[in-house]
This record gives sequence, C-alpha cells and structure tokens, in this order.
Amino acid sequence: MNQPDLAADAVVKRYGEHVAVDSLSFAVERGSFFSILGPSGCGKTTLLRMIAGFIQPDGGEIAIGGKNMRGVAPNRRPVNMVFQQLALFPMMSVGENVEFGLARRGIGRAERRRKAEQMLERVGLAGAAGKRVDELSGGQRQRVAIARSLVLEPTLLLLDEPLGALDLKLREHMKIELKQLQAEFGTTFVYITHDQSEALVLSDRVGVMNQGRFEQLGTPQDLYYRPASAFVAGFVGDSNRVAGRAIAVDADTVEVETGEGWSVRARRHGPAAVGDAVEAFIRPEAATLGRLRNQLPPDQPAHEGVVESLLFDGAKSALLLREARSRREFRIALPQTGQFADLKPGEPIVFSFDPTRATCFTVGSDGRG
Amino acid sequence: MAEPAAARARRSWRLGLLMAPALAWLGLLILLPHVELAMLSFRKQIGPREYVPSLYQYRTFFEQPEYWHTFVRTAWMSAVATFATLCLAFPIAWVIAKITRGRASAWLLLACMIPFWISETVRTLGWMILLRQSGVLPALLVDLGITSHPVELLYRDATIMVGLIYTSMLFMIVPLISSLESLDNALIEAAYDLGAGGFTVLRKIVIPHAAPGITAGCIIVFMLTLGDYITPTLLGGKDSGWFTEQIYTQFITRFNWGQGAAFGFLLLGLSTAMVVAGLKLTGQRFGDVMGRR
Amino acid sequence: MIPSLPRPAWLRAATALYVTAFLTFLFLPLIVISVFAFNNAPYPAPPWHGFTLNWFFADSSTGRVGMFHDGELMRSIGTSCQIGLWVTLLSVLVGLSNALLIERHDFRGKQLLSIMMLVPLVIPGVILGVSILAFASRIAQFASGHLHLYLRFLRPGLTLVVLGQFSYIATIATLTLRARLSRFDRTLEDAAMNLGASRMAVFRTILLPYLRPALIGSAMISFLLSFADFNTTLMLVGGNPPLTVLMYDRMHQGATPVLNAVSVFLMAASALLALALMRRGARRGTA
Repeated sequence: MNQPDLAADAVVKRYGEHVAVDSLSFAVERGSFFSILGPSGCGKTTLLRMIAGFIQPDGGEIAIGGKNMRGVAPNRRPVNMVFQQLALFPMMSVGENVEFGLARRGIGRAERRRKAEQMLERVGLAGAAGKRVDELSGGQRQRVAIARSLVLEPTLLLLDEPLGALDLKLREHMKIELKQLQAEFGTTFVYITHDQSEALVLSDRVGVMNQGRFEQLGTPQDLYYRPASAFVAGFVGDSNRVAGRAIAVDADTVEVETGEGWSVRARRHGPAAVGDAVEAFIRPEAATLGRLRNQLPPDQPAHEGVVESLLFDGAKSALLLREARSRREFRIALPQTGQFADLKPGEPIVFSFDPTRATCFTVGSDGRG
Repeated sequence: MAEPAAARARRSWRLGLLMAPALAWLGLLILLPHVELAMLSFRKQIGPREYVPSLYQYRTFFEQPEYWHTFVRTAWMSAVATFATLCLAFPIAWVIAKITRGRASAWLLLACMIPFWISETVRTLGWMILLRQSGVLPALLVDLGITSHPVELLYRDATIMVGLIYTSMLFMIVPLISSLESLDNALIEAAYDLGAGGFTVLRKIVIPHAAPGITAGCIIVFMLTLGDYITPTLLGGKDSGWFTEQIYTQFITRFNWGQGAAFGFLLLGLSTAMVVAGLKLTGQRFGDVMGRR
Repeated sequence: MIPSLPRPAWLRAATALYVTAFLTFLFLPLIVISVFAFNNAPYPAPPWHGFTLNWFFADSSTGRVGMFHDGELMRSIGTSCQIGLWVTLLSVLVGLSNALLIERHDFRGKQLLSIMMLVPLVIPGVILGVSILAFASRIAQFASGHLHLYLRFLRPGLTLVVLGQFSYIATIATLTLRARLSRFDRTLEDAAMNLGASRMAVFRTILLPYLRPALIGSAMISFLLSFADFNTTLMLVGGNPPLTVLMYDRMHQGATPVLNAVSVFLMAASALLALALMRRGARRGTA
C-alpha cells in the first residue's frame, strides 16, 4: 500500500471514566471509500470529530496525507466534512455556500464563482447557484453539501451519516449517487453510519466499531461471510442467533446444543472446547426448505417445524417458522423461484442449515455474552 | 489535558471581555443605585449634612394616613385593573391564537400592536380629548339626549381604570397568545369528544395550559400599572392619589430624598411581593416566565 | 371554541361583535387625535370647524404656530432622537455581549447572572429613575468633595436619561438576542471552520448574518421604547426635555392641537418604519 490518506495510531479519547475511543489504529488508502459502522454511542462520531479537528485526542496520533495533525486547528486541516444535518448556511444562496471555503482562502470573486458553478454542474445542479437553500429538495441539498466540500479539493472527505435525515426512497437513491460521485472524483471518503446496508453497498472497506474499538476491519464481503466476532455477525446482515453449549468440536465446525436438546452445526471461529458456552449465527439464506425430507441436501441434518407466518417483501421475502423441538423461531429466506409462496401458517415443514454459512463464537472469549 | 493552555487562556480572556459590560450595567445602574436608595431611606437628618440611621422615614409613612391610603389605593386599583385587563384580553387572545388563521390572525395581532407603537403620552392625549367636559363623548351624550349638558368624564376613578386597562392591554395579549398557541387543538377536540362542554374545557384544559402566560401577563401588567405615572396623573387630575406621584413629589418637588427613597422601597417591595406571590401561586420560576416574553 | 368544533351562531355573532368593540376601544383615541389635528379651532374639541393644516405648518404670522415652527417642540424631538440613538447603541451592544455570554459560555454564577439580567424589568421605571438619580448625585458629591472634580454629566440631564433608559431597555435587547441565538445551530460554525474559516470569519460571515434580524429588531424596539419612555426620564431629566416630557407638561397646561399634530406625525413615522421593516422582511423571506 502506498502512502495512506488517513492514518490513525493508537488514538484515545476519554470522557471521565467512559472511554469513547479506545486506542484505535487504522489506515485508509488513497482514493478509497472507507466506512465506520457501529451502533449509536459506539464512538464513531467522536472519532470523526477528532479527524476533523473539533475534538483533541487524549493520546495517539492522526496523520492526514502523511502529515501529523496534532495541534492543527480544524480550519487548517486538509479535510472537509458533510454534516449529519448538512449544516448548509441558511443565510446564503447555494452559490455562496459553495464559494464559502474558497472565499476563506482569499480566492478572488470571479475565480470563486467560476469554480463554484463548475462544481455545481458536476454534481448535477447547474444553474442553481442563485437559489436559496430552502428552495432545494433533500437530495439537492445533499449534493450542495458535498459540492461545498469537494470544491476545496480536500485530501479527505468526512461524511457524518449524511443520509440519516432523508426518507427511505431518497436514501436508496442517494446511496447510489454517493458511490458514483466518489468514483468520479476519486477523493478519499470516510463515511460513518449505523446503517449496515449503507456501509455494505458503498464501501471498499468497513470498520465495525463497538465500544470504542474496531471489532473487525475488512471488505463488506469479509464482514458478511466471515464475521470476526459475535457482535459483527449480529450487527451486519440478518441472522438467527442460537446460544447453547458445544457438544462436538472438530477442525472446522462446532455442534451447538440448546437447553432444549436441539442441535445445529456451524463453522468454528476461534478456539472452542466441548462444554464451552457458544453462540451460532445462521444467515436466513443458509437454510434449505422442503415439504419432505428427501428434498433437503442429504449431508445436512434435517429439522422439523411449523410455519408461523410468511413475510412477503419481494426479493427479500422470508418465512418465520417454529422449530418443533426447541420451540425456537427461525427466519428463513424464501427462494426467489416463488416455490414456497403458497405456504400457510400451521403447515408442517422441514429445513436444514449449511454449516459453512453459519458461524459459531465462544461466549466470553471477546468479553461479551 | 484535552485543551491546550493557550486555548484555555484565550477562552477565559473572551469570557472576561463579555462579562465586563454585563457587570458594569447591573452593578452600576441597578445594584449600587438601589443600595444608595436603601441607605437614603434608612436615615434621618438631624442637622445640616448630619444624618443618623433611623426608621423615621418608614414611620412617617405609617403615621400619615394620606401616604398609606394612597399606597393601598394604588395597589388595589392596580389589582383590579390587572384582573379586568386579563378578562378583556383573553377572548381577543383566543380569537387570534385559535379561531383566526394565517393572514387574518396576523392582521388582528398587528391591529392590537399598532396603538402601542405610539407613546403613552399620545394615547392619553386621545383619552383626554374624548372624555373631558368639552370633549367628544360628553358632546355625543348630549346629542343623543342622554344628558342635558356635557358632563365631566375625566378625573374619576373609572376613567383612571379605563386608561390603565388600555395602556396595559398589549402586555397581557402577547403572553396569552403565545401560551394559547402552544395548546394543541387536539386536546380541546379530545375533551369535547369525551363529553366536556365549553366551560369545562376552559377550566380543565385551557386555563391550566395557559397558566404560565396568564401569570406572566398579570405580573407584567400589575407592575406596569403600579409604576404608571402618566395615565393616573393626566386622567385622574391633581388628586389622582397615585403612589408614584408621591415619590415624584418627595424627590423632585420637596427635595425630601429620604422620604422619597422610603416610598420607592415600599413600592418596590409591593411589586416584588406580587411577582413572588404570582410565581409561587402557579409554581413557576422567574426566569421561565420572564424569559418567555 | 375552535373552528373544528361546532360553534353556535350566537357565539359567532358575539365573537365578531366583541372583536369589533375591542378594536374600536383600541383605535378610538388614535382616531380622535388624528381628526382634531386638522380641525380649524384653537382647542382640540368638537365641534368641527373645517379642515386646516395650520397645526402643522403655520408660522406665527397667522397667530397660530404649527409644530414645524415650534422651536421648543422641534428641539425636544431632536433631544428624543439623540437619546434614542445612544440608548439603542448601548442596549444592542450590551445585549449582544450578554447573549453571547449566557448562551455560549459556562461559568460559575451564570444562573444568578442571567436572572439578574431580568430584574430591571420588574423594577418600576420611576424607581429606576430615582435610584440612579440618587447614586449619581452621591458620586458627584464624592468627586467634588474629595477629588475636586465637578462631573456635570452626573447632574440631571441627557447622560443620566440615557443611562436610566438603558438600564432596563438592555434587558429587552438581551432577551431578543438571546432568543435568536439559542436557536442557532452550532454545527453551522463547525461547518464554517471545517471549510477553512477562522474564528473571526465565522463570527462575521455566519453568526452576525444569522443574528441580523434580531439585531435590527432589538434596535428598533430599543429606539421605540426610548422614544416613548416617560417614567424613568421624568426623574432624570434636566433643562432640555425630550418630547414625552414636553408633551406631558403642555398637556397639564391645557392641550392645543399642535400636540395632536405632533402625535399624527409620530404615528406616521412609526407606520412608515413598520412598513419599511415589513417589506424588508418579506423580501428576505424567513431568513
């Protein structure tokens, strides 16, 4: 990897007893889209504000574009930020918003205007310079906020949950637009969000953050298919969680038995011994459904259950069923062929899981239950 | 530490810079002058430039019926004027906040505010032209055959009362409107839906909700009428018997500052007592009520 | 009750009647003043003797002196304006400083100080006047007795009137500016800094434009309150009375229609000011 655009080395921030950011180190490659994904209160906003310079770290170093940022004021850093509520200046026109940063650099009026108009054109807002901010739609404002930052050609663009305030439909649309913008400009994006789908869709790499630390740092595929901790497995994507004890352990898999005596096999992550408390996370699409046992793969143990309800959601349709022995509820993805669309609540059904698409973690090994 | 020493120093320097005007204002124009007033009121002159600490000035107040009668009369009339203003202002505030919408509401509010853009002196001149013996209303009464000759409508307590209510109106309407506007119409609809009549809704829903606005309005109006000078002296004439007039007489006409200071403190005491009582009665904090305006 | 609930016809009629009566009550004195400003008679009283502009424009040649030729009156308007401008300047500056202090800083005793800032509103104006009069005279005595300084501005006069009015108008300016500042979105400042603005630039380009409506509003209120103040002014005034005090004195002596003319003039000025501000407000939208 060449010179990273952002490098954090053992960055710490404490608020009294509470450690908001706990000795965090990572690097973001030039031109990549990096997301920090975590639940609210995990420290991601604190981290972002430290990168922007609004908060001073208690320890560790942050380097941007190879330069150490210790003691550099927020207005002198080569980073710009798209704020959660966008923070467009309501007392200025769209054009003035985009020109704001250029004016602070002492760039002349004509040059400023030219650059701002060019930038607005690039984000698809040609001719909007004279408009007032409140005349724009949510998506247009978003683009103004991005244009306002990108016109300064920052080394790094920080985005603080910028899609949070939009409604669902627009959010989906802006996701795609953001990705295209990033590809077009080639600026390094650091994006924080609590929405796993945003992180998965947009990012080259994602850091999953919890209690001030990264649980896992990897590609979206890594997070989804090879979660490194129970937290990641639970937080990224849907999962059926099964807690129990390990009753058999081999090189690759663990067999988990629940209190009710029902058992399932899952890929082993980290060391585990027979008798350990473990939990398995099984993806909804890791299951095969059948009306008869011989419709299931022969090498997977079959389970019996009863249909609880059918959750129709187009391509994301799923089935809620209750396993006969443990009385547990499972969420199973329905095949897109529409094969089981006629199932009725109360109907008996058989199903099996692919152990390689379920992951088993030892409880307590990572400090959580 | 999170904040470098230089940044902290800059911060405290800024804090000091912002604090200075506030302290100068409150210290030099409010606090110390009142300390001086207190000192003036608690002493007695026993010779040229010779004073002793004494309650003499306050004793005089209680021993001279003329003084304390005026005081009680001022307080009583102010209370009546405040209550009357509340009763008259409430329906208008209701109409502006709840019945009319958009432009109509804005126009009505503007109409209520216009007279108060003009000084009290001017408005009082209007009432004098209306009410004095040679004025408009007495002439109208004669024309209508109600009285045989023009009657003097000035220099009566009722006239003072009308003037006080008029002068205070806006200061009641504005806090009432802001407290009524924040009342969710759905609450009224819900109460109505549950079988409450108009009067019950008023008593159980509207008044409890508007209590902060009512208190704020009453406090301000009572204070303003208590401290009023123009309306009582011009509409009430020479013997209006308003306490502020006594203070003026002692300070400016008789140059008896000690007595004037004592009167000032008595008025301030009454006004403060009413403010405190009003807040206690409705369980509110001073900052909330005043800051609301 | 509210429009969404059934309102009987009599209630609607009563409401309309009440609103009409109320507006009549509010505007009757103003209408009467305006009418008699144009009455061709030496006293502002009925009956109507015909229309004249004498009370505005007559020079002494007709035996009448219109307001624009009444030197004393014109001087007092000038005095009022002069006082008003000083009070406005002081109140808005101190109000801005106070608003920044209370809304943007934390320090010990902040609660107490913010309550103290409201106190001038609940002190009757007459008492503000006499207390400042007494205190100023104490300082003047001290200065002349011990320092042999004769501080003339501490005697009743314009300086004391300005200080007396400022002592409570500052509270109103503070409240107006605080209300606006408290709704300010602090991330706008973060955003400006993030875009490279220095602290001064943030103040100049973001905070001041944001506060502008409140600054204009509080300046206007301050000027109007100062212009209309009587109670505090009466106690502190020297030989050079502002308009309200002069009008009061003349009303005591028996009013002439010149006072009506001045009143009409003031109403027109206020209305023009209000109109100008409203047009401004409409042009700039809600910002």
